[in-house]
Formats: sequence, structure tokens, C-alpha cells
Amino acid sequence: MTDQPASRFAHRPLRHWRERLIESVLFLAAFSAVMITVAIIAILIYESWSFFEHVSLKDFLTDTQWTPLFSDAHYGIMPLVAGTLVTSGVALLVAVPLGTVIAIYLSEFAPHTVRETVKPVLELLAGVPTIVFGYFALLFVTPLLQATVLPNLPGFNMLGPGIVIGIMIVPYVSSVSEDAMRAVPMHIREGSYAMGATRFQTALRVVTPAATSGIVAAYILGISRAVGETMVVAVAAGQQPNFTWNPMEPAATITTYIVQVSLGDLPHGSIGYQSIFAAGLVLLLMTLLFNIVGHLLRKRFRQAY
Amino acid sequence: MEPQNVREIRALIVRHKRWDKMFAIVGLIAMLVGVMTLFALFLDLAIDGLPRLSWDFFTSFPSRRAGQAGILSAWVGTTLVMLVTALTAVPLGIAAGIYLEEYAPRNWVTDLIEINVSNLAGVPSIVYGLLALGLFVYALDFGQSILSAGLTLALLILPVVIVATREAIRAVPGVIREAAYALGATKWQTVADHVLPYSTGGILTGVIIGLARAIGETAPVITIGALTFIAFLPPAPLKAEAPFLSFDWLFAPFTVMPIQMFNWLSRPEAAFLTNAAAAGVVIIVMTLAMNAFAIWLRYRYRKRIKW
Repeated sequence: MTDQPASRFAHRPLRHWRERLIESVLFLAAFSAVMITVAIIAILIYESWSFFEHVSLKDFLTDTQWTPLFSDAHYGIMPLVAGTLVTSGVALLVAVPLGTVIAIYLSEFAPHTVRETVKPVLELLAGVPTIVFGYFALLFVTPLLQATVLPNLPGFNMLGPGIVIGIMIVPYVSSVSEDAMRAVPMHIREGSYAMGATRFQTALRVVTPAATSGIVAAYILGISRAVGETMVVAVAAGQQPNFTWNPMEPAATITTYIVQVSLGDLPHGSIGYQSIFAAGLVLLLMTLLFNIVGHLLRKRFRQAY
Repeated sequence: MEPQNVREIRALIVRHKRWDKMFAIVGLIAMLVGVMTLFALFLDLAIDGLPRLSWDFFTSFPSRRAGQAGILSAWVGTTLVMLVTALTAVPLGIAAGIYLEEYAPRNWVTDLIEINVSNLAGVPSIVYGLLALGLFVYALDFGQSILSAGLTLALLILPVVIVATREAIRAVPGVIREAAYALGATKWQTVADHVLPYSTGGILTGVIIGLARAIGETAPVITIGALTFIAFLPPAPLKAEAPFLSFDWLFAPFTVMPIQMFNWLSRPEAAFLTNAAAAGVVIIVMTLAMNAFAIWLRYRYRKRIKW
């Protein structure tokens, strides 16, 4: 009678250790997310470090030419940054108004059935690979612009890809903004209606301000997508570094420079090889900056109910 | 009662109601513009590409003559890369999701992991390509191979799988766990025998959406040095003699579908652009089918499971 409990507990250590082992394995899997971030930062900084041993930071930031692979090499990142900002700017001019209006419509005006049909369709469209959008920019939107409003537009330009990226990120912007508006409690709308406001007045002056925090998050998501977008611009904007703020000209972005270099066969450890890591570091810092600004704006506009 | 005032108020109401109607129309138009533009684009692609699709297109290697070129090496490459991606990202992502949802204590390490998972989802995909170029291709010396590409895309979709796993596990009610504990099950027995089976639907949805995204990713795969012109297949994974399995294909050079399309798009001849359109149709059909299946799966599981 006395040794029965003892024999029952005798195999407990094994079971106990198995549980501990499983927990450790699961923890390592989860911790891999931290390892990936550390690895990304470490590799970008390590290779950029070698790059900045050859190139001064002042040249990098002030030179207006980017020609690391030419014999007369210049290492000014500004042309690539300008290209990135112009294509993203065009994209936002398309995506922000269109995405916001769609979000307000779906959240405040659309009948239930319309919303239930449109949401999955938008979700589906968000899954279309970006290389396909590159095809549209090169062979549909640019020729369309040339045939209608801009006859002098060159075949490679930043306007066409910018517009296409804009259309591409509309689903992201509208679906995240709509979620934010739907999260505004019903009694706030009812309060507004009770004061005699119409649907439009309520949407514009009550729901939208209350959901600003989430809408800003949607815009930041859109900006991140546009800045990091590669294939649309690589296909349709010409891949030549060109310091200009004019969207009607061809230019390269940070991402297309990386793609262009990777398509060739650069020896490991050369300055050209290191330059794509320096470019990648700038890209990562830009997305980080937008996200920090977004975070601060979100905090500024956050409303608690 | 001053009729003058009443009339003014009525006019005001009419005016504001008109604004209401106008915005409803503007919203509808905006939505149609967004959705219809995309459909117009797909229609344009289909008109250009569909006539080019034939059996030969799937069974031919790329060629200097556009009329004879096909996507054989590309779809074989995509399939093998996806195999590596799925075998890496699915176990890793599910294990991480289980840890964060069922095991993780409330402390700063957990917070750190959660912040990193959400930040990784926002890192531009080409940066993963740079990571893989430095880490897999050179530091670990996997070369510009199927293995490197598969691992790269696995890292890229890891946040998608983790988030989907967590959402699916969170939807399993606590009473299921309490019932298992009451019968003397350990934590792992509870998770493996009860929580995981109930969340399979949600996890599967996330995995499919993640893989569909990986199929379409071009930039990171170019960055690690996939070739654009490949006229041979990787070594076969099955052999006639013992040990019957070969892993040489993991280290073979390769190309994938979106890179093949990119290669054709960067050529000036119109015939190659038609090939690009045809490859685009194949890619879109593949990814849309996977996404639609995932959305349908989620809908079905939501409907069937009632706690």
C-alpha cells in the first residue's frame, strides 16, 4: 500500500524531462524570429562597414551620382533615394485617396452583402505576385499614358510603375483602415445620429477622427510596401540611376539597384558587392524611419473608449 | 412658428441628404475603379498570354527562339524551392506559434519575440535576399542553390505562419484544455492531442497563403543569384540504385517562374513579351487558386466548428 504511490511517481522524472525538452525546442523555434532580426542587422552592418572603409560617409550622402560599377566610380546614394521617394510618392497619391474612400464606403455606407463580397476579393488581389504588376506597368499603363495625356512620356519612367504600385497597395490601405473604422464603437455613431447628423457627416467628422490611429497605421503599411517594392520598378522604370524628382523620367530605386547588381556576376567581397548591402541598409533605415514616425503619430491620435 | 425658418431647415436637411447620396456614389465608383482596373489588367494579360499556352510551353526549356521557349525548368525549380520552403517554415512557424500562445511566460523575452515577429513582417523582401546572400550563399557556403532559395523564402513567410498559428490556437476555447488536464494529460499531450487538431484548419489556411506569397516572390531569389537562363533540370531526387534517394538537387543551380517571366519581360522582342504574358497567366492562376482555396478553407472551418 505504501509503495504504490512511489511506483506511480517513479516514471514521473522521464515524463517531466520530456516536457521540459519539448518546451525548450518550442522556445528555440520562437526565438528564431529574434535571431533573424539580429542576423539581418549584423550582415547589413558588417558588409556596409567594409563599404564605408572605401567610401566616406560625406560622399555617400552628398555626391549626386551613383556609379559604383563604372571605372569613374561615384558613390552618392541620393539618386537612388530620390527614385525610391518619387515612385513611392506617386503610389501614395493614388493609394491614399482611393484606399481611404473605399474604406469609408465599405465601413459606413455599403450594404452587408457588398462588404462580404468585396472583402475576400480585395484579399485575393493582395496575393497577386508583384512581377505581374510589372508587366502591367510596362505594357499597359505606360502605353496608355503615352496614347492619352502624355505623348512625350519615355517607355521607361517612374510615373507608370508608381501608379501601378498605388493600385497594388489599395487593398492593404483600405482593408486596414476599414478594420479601424469598424472598431469604432456603435454608440459613438448613435450619439452623432441623435444630434441630427447625416451618415456622411458622421463618417467624416466622427468615425474618421476616432479611427485616425488605425488609418495612419494603414498608410504606414502602404508606404512600407511602396518603398520596398522591387519588381514593378525593375521592369518598368529603366534601372538607370538618375538624380531627378520628375516622375516622367526613367530612374533607379534602391531596390532596383540591388536587383540589377545581383543579375550580373559580381565577385564576393568586391566594392560592388558591398555596395548592395550599403543600399540595403539605407532601405531598412528608411522603412524603420517611416515606422517610427507612424508609431508616434498613432500614439498621438490614439483614442480609448 | 416661423415658416421662413422651417423652410431653411428643410433646405438644409435636403442639402445634407444630397451629400450623403453623393458620397455613396463616389465610394461605389472608387471601389469599382480599384477592382475594375485590376480586372482590366488581368484581362489584358490573359488576352496576350492565353493563346501562347500549350502543352509544349510546359515541357520546353527556355530558348533563344521565343516560339520554342517554355517554362519547364522554371516550374520544376519553383516546385523544388517550395518543397524546401514548406519543410522549413511550417514546422518552425507552428512550433513558434505554439510556444507564444501556450507556453510563453509574461516577461521581456516574450515581448522581444513578439515585437520581432511583427517587425519581420514589415521588412522589405529584398532585404531577406541580402541576408540570404551573406548568410546562406557565402557564410554557410550553400551556394546559389535551391537550398539557399528555399530557406530564404522560408524566413520570409515565417511571420505569416506564426501569426496564423497563433490566431488558430487562440480560437480553441479553454474548456478543451481544462478537460485534458482534468484527465491527467501533460501540457504537451494537451497541445498535441487536443489543441493542434482543432486548429488545423486555421494553420493550414495561413500556410497556404504564405506559400502562395513565396511562389510569387522574385526579388530575394534574384538577390541570392538565381540564374535567368537554365536549360537543364536539377538531378532527380529518386535513384534506381541504393540508397534510392539523392539530395544533390538541393545544391543545383535553378530558376523559378517569376524570374523566368522577368527575364522575358526585359527583352525587347514582342514574341518574348507574349511568353512573359503566358508565364504571368500561369503564375496568377497558381497563386489565386491557392489563395481562394485558403479563403474557402477558413470559411468552411468557421462554419463547421461550433463550440
